[in-house]
Amino acid sequence: MTNPIRIVHLYPREMNIYGDRGNVLTLARRLEWHGYAAQVIPVNRGDRLPTGTDLIVGGGGQDSGQGLVVCDLARLGPDLAAMADDAVPMLMVCGLYQLFGHAFRTGSGTILHGIGVLDIETMSSPRRMIGNVVARSDDFGQIIGYENHSGRTTLGPRVRPLGRVDVGVGNNGTDGTEGARFNNLIGTYLHGSLLPKNPAIADHLIQIAVRRRFDSAQLRTLDESLSDEARRVALTRPR
Amino acid sequence: MSGVSATGGVTMSRTWAAREPLAVRDVDDRRAVQRRRPLLDGATVAIGRTTRFVTRLWGGGTAMPGLVVERLNPGFVARALAPLPFGVVVVSGTNGKTTTTRLVVELLRGQGLDVFTNPSGSNFSRGVASALLGRVDSFGRIRADIAVLELDEAHGVHFVADVQPRHSLLLNVFRDQLDRFGEIDTTARLLGEIAKRTSGTVVLNRDDPRVAAIADTVWPTPVSFFGIDPTLRDRFPNDDELHSRDSDPERPEQLADVLLTAVETNRATFEFDGARHTVDLRVRGSYNQLNAAAAMALVRAILGDAVDERALLDTVSLVTSAFGRGEIIEVRGTSVELILVKNPASFRLALESFDPVDCATVVAVNDHDSDSRDVSWLWDVDFSTLQHSGVAMVTGTRAADMALRLRYDGIHPSAVETNLRRALERLLASNSGRTIRIYCTYTAMLQLRRHLAALTPLAGIDG
Ligand SMILES: [Zn+2]
Repeated sequence: MTNPIRIVHLYPREMNIYGDRGNVLTLARRLEWHGYAAQVIPVNRGDRLPTGTDLIVGGGGQDSGQGLVVCDLARLGPDLAAMADDAVPMLMVCGLYQLFGHAFRTGSGTILHGIGVLDIETMSSPRRMIGNVVARSDDFGQIIGYENHSGRTTLGPRVRPLGRVDVGVGNNGTDGTEGARFNNLIGTYLHGSLLPKNPAIADHLIQIAVRRRFDSAQLRTLDESLSDEARRVALTRPR
Repeated sequence: MSGVSATGGVTMSRTWAAREPLAVRDVDDRRAVQRRRPLLDGATVAIGRTTRFVTRLWGGGTAMPGLVVERLNPGFVARALAPLPFGVVVVSGTNGKTTTTRLVVELLRGQGLDVFTNPSGSNFSRGVASALLGRVDSFGRIRADIAVLELDEAHGVHFVADVQPRHSLLLNVFRDQLDRFGEIDTTARLLGEIAKRTSGTVVLNRDDPRVAAIADTVWPTPVSFFGIDPTLRDRFPNDDELHSRDSDPERPEQLADVLLTAVETNRATFEFDGARHTVDLRVRGSYNQLNAAAAMALVRAILGDAVDERALLDTVSLVTSAFGRGEIIEVRGTSVELILVKNPASFRLALESFDPVDCATVVAVNDHDSDSRDVSWLWDVDFSTLQHSGVAMVTGTRAADMALRLRYDGIHPSAVETNLRRALERLLASNSGRTIRIYCTYTAMLQLRRHLAALTPLAGIDG
């Protein structure tokens, strides 16, 4: 395959924590297992978004990392918004999930402006929400991950939740939602890493990316026995 | 220690005590001694020792007597440590504290000092209190020249509020057990607090930007650095470099008091006072060679011009790895090597430190409270160096997660066995005469040691 699927890894320096790297690795490996070549392109502060981007993945970071990327993200904001409108598949976890929303209000009252691609808003909370999460979605079935965040996120009318929380806190702990979806963009608080433990979500993103690129997508049936077992075990572990 | 200091500990230690000038801080210490409450401290020692005797009879651990002392007499530890002529020295950082503390202790003993230290792994302040019970006279006065304490970064701030360290050694800040501490910058701040309380010299890792930055915050306290030669940077990534593909070319260029300039499997070259010294080392793994540089920098800060350079280099070559830090246990002709991995940094450094050829590689991952409940960190480690030799088994509560992780690096472990005891039995049965190298998380290490102890007499099983 001479024409690899291009995966952009957004801010791997500052926003890459709790195994977010595993999401990028999973997309690249599974693309190969499905018979497609993959290319991972890191985009750091000051870098341009490459042309012909097929997939975009971003992760979480510490407060300091978030502060560092917020200005640079504003620079990329219009392009990212156009791509989201154009239904480019994306996965944004935790910190970048928050910054893809309208705003993040910190405890001291400072407002970090997001790029508003997702109709969500986040307020920092004094209590950190940490632990195993089990959520459920019509499209992906049971979603298994690990959350570690202090922001509480509320969803606006232009997004739908990724899932409903059975175990854990999720977006805010009050409305039972976890994550947000807009077109083919998925935002979520779940690290874990998310994609290796939830191959249905990984292949959903891959399917869209491949179809957009080649007009058709024929994914193979892969052996999921290892992820099935890891998911089964995760369900038995304490929160 | 044998063959290093022929003069022996006791005589030398008196010499040392006499040689140390009476500095201002010693006057403070004297006041603390006068405030000592001998009857209460004496009673505390008696009760604490009785508790220790009874818990040992019951086969209990070391924490209980310390807890009794703490409850009964909260100022006991601070008062017991106050008269030490060389004061209290602390070692902290997220990775390598245990082996580095061990190195510092042995290096100081090699210089003829009588050293008090705390047991690793147990609850910090209770561990110190328990260990003190074994070292104080019946009035609660310690018999030692210096205390070298391994300080957990979270407990450290509380401890140094009560007991001011004379010198501190701050090793590194890696993303470590974030479940517990929140964030890496918080950890750096905690280390900064320890540095601010230090009255003598603060010894810092010049190649860890978060640790090196502490230098600017402690003025006018003197700072000394240890570090690595720029040519070795690829082998010793700091946390930032571990988490991004392209490494930051700009590392601080502080002048290091002790510099690690070359590493081989069992030897390393250190540069200090303008000369290079190549020594054989028994501590295993290249990250421990950097810890040796750190330990030497601290000892040089403690002793100044009085340091015996020959003894320093002789001793450093004799120190062995601490339990679970490359410790080798012989069972029925098979060597079982336990290597503690607790975060991406330590796992990656361990993989770079040990050659996987000619041994059965095993990974044991638990997710109990003292490990990390979150197993995401396994995805921040690159396992591709194990592709060629393969992985014989994955085990522990999260064996399935580990097997899944390895799959994405193209490795198919030969066996998945959640139960650690059964895993060990199967490994021993099928690897007779070979080396079994087990990378294990904290509670997996404790359990494996316990199962191994049932098979062979082991030293140091305690609680
Ligand atoms: Zn997070």
